Amino acid sequence: MSAGDDGIAIRVHGLTKRFGSLVAVDHVDLTVPGQHVYGFLGPNGSGKSTTIRMLCGLLTPSEGEIDVLGLRIPAQAEALRSRIGYMTQKFSLFDDLTVRENLEFMAAIQGVPKTRTARRVDELIEQYHFSDRQKQLAGTMSGGQKQRLALACAVIHGPELLFLDEPTSAVDPESRRDFWEKLFELADAGTTLLVSTHLMDEAERCHRLAILDQGVLVADGTPSELTAKLYGHTFIVEADDPRRAQRALVDAPEVLGVAQVGNTLRVLTHAGGVDTGGAGQYLRDLLGRAGQVVKVHAAQPNLEDVFVAVTRKSRQEERMA
Amino acid sequence: MSWRRLWAIVIKELRQMRRDRITLAMIVGIPVMQLVLFGYAINTNLRGLEAGISDQSNTAGSRALVMDMLATGVIAPVARADTPEELMTMLRRGRISVGIVVPPDFERRRLDGRAVAQILVDGSDNTVQGAAVQLAQVPVDNWVPDARAPMRSTPNEGRISIVGFYNPQRRSAVNIVPGLVGVILTMTMVLFTGIAIVRERERGNMELLIATPLISAELMIGKVLPYIAIGLVQTSVILALGRWLFVVPINGSLLDVYVAAVLLIMANLTLGLLISTRAQSQFQAMQMAFFIFLPSILLSGFMFPFAGMPKVAQWLAEILPLTHFLRLIRGVMLRGASLWELWVDVLALLAFIVVMMTAAILRFRKRLD
Repeated sequence: MSAGDDGIAIRVHGLTKRFGSLVAVDHVDLTVPGQHVYGFLGPNGSGKSTTIRMLCGLLTPSEGEIDVLGLRIPAQAEALRSRIGYMTQKFSLFDDLTVRENLEFMAAIQGVPKTRTARRVDELIEQYHFSDRQKQLAGTMSGGQKQRLALACAVIHGPELLFLDEPTSAVDPESRRDFWEKLFELADAGTTLLVSTHLMDEAERCHRLAILDQGVLVADGTPSELTAKLYGHTFIVEADDPRRAQRALVDAPEVLGVAQVGNTLRVLTHAGGVDTGGAGQYLRDLLGRAGQVVKVHAAQPNLEDVFVAVTRKSRQEERMA
Repeated sequence: MSWRRLWAIVIKELRQMRRDRITLAMIVGIPVMQLVLFGYAINTNLRGLEAGISDQSNTAGSRALVMDMLATGVIAPVARADTPEELMTMLRRGRISVGIVVPPDFERRRLDGRAVAQILVDGSDNTVQGAAVQLAQVPVDNWVPDARAPMRSTPNEGRISIVGFYNPQRRSAVNIVPGLVGVILTMTMVLFTGIAIVRERERGNMELLIATPLISAELMIGKVLPYIAIGLVQTSVILALGRWLFVVPINGSLLDVYVAAVLLIMANLTLGLLISTRAQSQFQAMQMAFFIFLPSILLSGFMFPFAGMPKVAQWLAEILPLTHFLRLIRGVMLRGASLWELWVDVLALLAFIVVMMTAAILRFRKRLD
């Protein structure tokens, strides 16, 4: 079983971590249901790794309560260790051991019974496509292969809960797709996965996700819930001179974000009491005053828009406070 | 404590070591290099010091005294001078290290039993002074034809007889090789484990390991065990080379030698582990290891006689494992003593190991903060 009786794997309340005067994680509340792929989305330094480390019992929280698989953390962290797998952000297996040696080592450390180790290692080598590389040193493999090996090692003891800290940040798109296939296979088999990422396309694959910004949880829900609740409107702006149009828009009070996509601009505006038509007209007026002839049409919001909207919003609230 | 996990750490360390060429080279290279360097190059019994001679008496007796001094081989004459002043100038300029002055009234002084000659010594070099003492032991009365002349006793008779007993040819290799076992083990063992934990922290392995059920005692003991084997290999290399190149005897039991070596190895490994739990980087660990290494070489009695050191230095030296090991190994190898007779130092090393290992295990936290 992957979660408590109520099907909740992780429950966190008021979780805070301070490093001196820096507040890395600021009163985060979190509920992660079992057998899901739960995403942590946020830019670098938003407190994703710190949160994961506190959930594993590697860091002591400054404040707050953590319940993982029915255990109080950090007090019962030792009891948790054999039930979780943890894949660190940096490749943390041994570069100077071979694929098989790394797997054997982790099997022994994780307490896989000796009689079952060889079979389990063979099984993982097969599943994770290392049959022709068993004797290759881990340090000589590509980024994608290393991550695959790290995942195989993290699941060697069949953990109920798997923490993955930016598992694919150094991996090419092809390997990333394979890697995510593996994650869904694990979730189907009953494992709960908590994955941090700063990549939107990965976040969109998660069953549920939480968006972290500067240590604060600014939004959470399923990807479609989040885009549906989007606090703003999304537009595609076609301009003759996208660079100048961008300069005209970027400092306007109602504009949350502008990003150039090829020859067009993707613009996100505040919802602030106006409907999509009103917001579109606002943009046309703004660009007209700047001498730009443009076409503006509304677009389907995506997760990146959500991300920009919620992080801008939290920063503006902070400035006003 | 799980033997399976402990063993997994041991195997992993050995596999990593096998693939680390520099470490492998260090294991055998350092003992061989040091042994040859110390054994051949460091020779505290100086030979052929450049000497100037001013024999103002120039009698049969004075010439015989000078000849006796030259016969020791400690000095080689490079200059003759008429006055002691000339010798002092040469000394100052570094042309000679030793000057021998025989005054004009040599024969008179000899009969009176007064000092018959003077040895001027370049005091800027410690070992030269030692050589001068050796020269001064040339018996003045060997060539006294007159039996009524007063007998002058040789001042260091006792010491000569001791040196004669354990190292009759006064070869420094015999004194140095047993000590070198200790010095090499200190140097390599502290360093090996000193970086053992930090390296894993730097490479990120530690974050993975502490998120597993592995406990600190398993990790610490698992890290120490393979290096005990390495330390014994090094000990054997030094002893074999010492035997082969410098004919260093092992007068006591070989088992005692190895037991003493294991004690020192473990003391150094546990000390290294403690360093490793403190240091933030491999470089820092090396710096800390150096803090141990330098006093060990200087204070343990390896380089300078323990008895001659000031009290404070002696107290410091008592904390260092190498000091106790030197007493053990010299006792066993040269004097043929057994470890039972040297139990105080055995106990000191055991206490050191227990304290350091406990401190290392307690200091290591399965936390990142």
